[in-house]
Amino acid sequence: MKTFSLALRNLLRNRRRSLTTLLAMVVGLTAILLFGGYRANITYGIETGFVQGSGHLQIQHQNYYLEGGDNPTAYGITDYQHIIDVVQHDPELAPLLNMVTPTLQLGGLAGNFAAGISRSVFASGVIPEQRAQMEKWNDYGLIGYIKPLALTGTSPDSVVIGDGLARKLKLCKALNIVGCVQSETPVVSTGADAPADIAALSDLEQIDVKPDQGTRIEMLASTAHGAPNVASLSVIASRNMGIKALDDVYLAMHLSQAQKLIYGSGDPQVTAIQIQLKHTDQIPAAKARLQKLIAQHFPNQPLEVLDFATLNPMYGQTAQFMNSMFGFIATLIAVIVLFTIGNTMSTAVVERTVEIGTLRAMGLRRSGLRFLFLCEGILLGLIGAAAGVIIALGIAYLINHSGLTWTPPGYSYAYLILVRVWQDPALLIGSVVGLVLVTVVSAWWPANRASKMMIVDALRHV
Amino acid sequence: MYPVVFKKVVKTYHLDAVDVPALTDIDLEIRANCFTVISGPSGSGKTTLLNLIGCIDRANSGSVMVAGQDVNAMSDDALSDFRAHHLGYIFQNFNLLPVLSTFENVEYPLILTRMPAAKRKERVMALLDAVGLADRVQNRPGQLSGGQRQRVAIARALATEPKLVLADEPTANLDSQTGAAIITLMRKMQREHQVSFVFSSHDPQVQAEADDTIFIRDGRITGVERKLPEHVA
Repeated sequence: MKTFSLALRNLLRNRRRSLTTLLAMVVGLTAILLFGGYRANITYGIETGFVQGSGHLQIQHQNYYLEGGDNPTAYGITDYQHIIDVVQHDPELAPLLNMVTPTLQLGGLAGNFAAGISRSVFASGVIPEQRAQMEKWNDYGLIGYIKPLALTGTSPDSVVIGDGLARKLKLCKALNIVGCVQSETPVVSTGADAPADIAALSDLEQIDVKPDQGTRIEMLASTAHGAPNVASLSVIASRNMGIKALDDVYLAMHLSQAQKLIYGSGDPQVTAIQIQLKHTDQIPAAKARLQKLIAQHFPNQPLEVLDFATLNPMYGQTAQFMNSMFGFIATLIAVIVLFTIGNTMSTAVVERTVEIGTLRAMGLRRSGLRFLFLCEGILLGLIGAAAGVIIALGIAYLINHSGLTWTPPGYSYAYLILVRVWQDPALLIGSVVGLVLVTVVSAWWPANRASKMMIVDALRHV
Repeated sequence: MYPVVFKKVVKTYHLDAVDVPALTDIDLEIRANCFTVISGPSGSGKTTLLNLIGCIDRANSGSVMVAGQDVNAMSDDALSDFRAHHLGYIFQNFNLLPVLSTFENVEYPLILTRMPAAKRKERVMALLDAVGLADRVQNRPGQLSGGQRQRVAIARALATEPKLVLADEPTANLDSQTGAAIITLMRKMQREHQVSFVFSSHDPQVQAEADDTIFIRDGRITGVERKLPEHVA
């Protein structure tokens, strides 16, 4: 007779009570797993979006992130191709890398002068093929919502803009954007005409421009020397960027075009070198190596390495918020399970007091008796955990195939409600281990009380 | 050698702030291979004395030697192991484990002594055969009559081949006919297994069967009656 066998039979002795206890555990674990799976889907989704868009790590000019975001000329990185070569050919880093690509971020004004409209934009100069490759990163097997960047193989003056920006620039019809609602009322400018020098620059840009289908815009930016510069651009597509605030200002262009706009014929620079790793957990190792390489090879350049969580505080804030919610729910459920099992085991101890005395009289040690009751708690925990996991997986399957959607605050997409239970082994294992630990803790006190009973008192118990 | 020797044993219970003497200056020798009955009125200290002999309670003072060992000096774990190897118990309410079968109930003490499974099976079947329950091995206690349950308890008490079997009012919950049959069985087993049985009992049938009778009143031994001469025992 093994202790676990005896423990199992003792649990089956009062089936209704054991089932009630199990039910509390199953409901608790299911709730934890489903919420944990939902949390994981959200945080992984945000992480994937940032990693696809800007990589895991970025090499930037020192303080560019804190102070120079709107000043690419002062915080540009020269000789960036050399840095990229060093990174790509480093034997320690190479196996970790998915992509190393330069980018130039710049702000400016985009104008659809045919419609008499101009809007502030936040532009990214990218190498389209490399950007397209980056956007394929999907380490968590998530559903992609954003359309691929359509710049690959296009002319240097091609740009892709956000759906929101397209709406603001009255380009919805020209770009055939489905579901894009824009007012037909012409916007009458109340401001003064453009200065003569800007107008002259604009006219100059128009000389080489081919006739288009109403998708031509002009972008005004400040050059490295502080002078205004204008580029005539062809909007070839738009894409919904998910977050409305970004969607309303997003503009992606060829890196060469962005460099021409900012640096003219001078030495081209970039504002960041984006590094996408194969997996997120490689960040610490890759970051340490990058810092070492920079110190070794580019001691005179004021560069720093920043990870995506630092560059995108929203990720950390969202993760923290979701984690605190998860922690609160998990703690609440753990306390409920703790008391439920504690109550069940305490009742069992009282009911079986004479049996405890008999076992001790026959020679079962205190530790053996304690272990017997702990085994009952552990078995309850394991059975509850198994049932909870199965039910949670079933409910997760139903939710994931239900097509239910919601639009998170500040987002412009209705996202499918998905829960990642099976795909998140850490959540699964952590929750199961946590539940079993809670059962052990809750069974400990009654088990200890049983083991400390005086044999003669236990045998006298009525 | 006497399996049980008590010298100046005192046992006092503390009830709230009051000390209640249960046994006072007990000097006692229990002979080997005898049927010994502790007899006395309710509250005289029979069960307390039996508990001390059975090593499930400790004396406040005095010397308690069981199977040649000073049990008062043993740790709790050592005492548990001692009970598992040297003592058997038969309870008034049988105290069988309800979730175990007849076979498993008898087997349980052998598991505590870590006896190999094959040997356990052999021993249990022999004992169940001896108490007439070989055809009830798979039955649970709830499926047995009172007499059958007490037979299982007797087999369980003898499973580890103890030196001493303690029985607290073993026939109190049985009708007189079944009680008599149980006494006969215990007597038979005691002789076959060459073991000492110590009872606490009011039952005249038990007392009639006793080799030795210890009379106790108000926590003191008032007399010992030995039916068998010393050299026979």
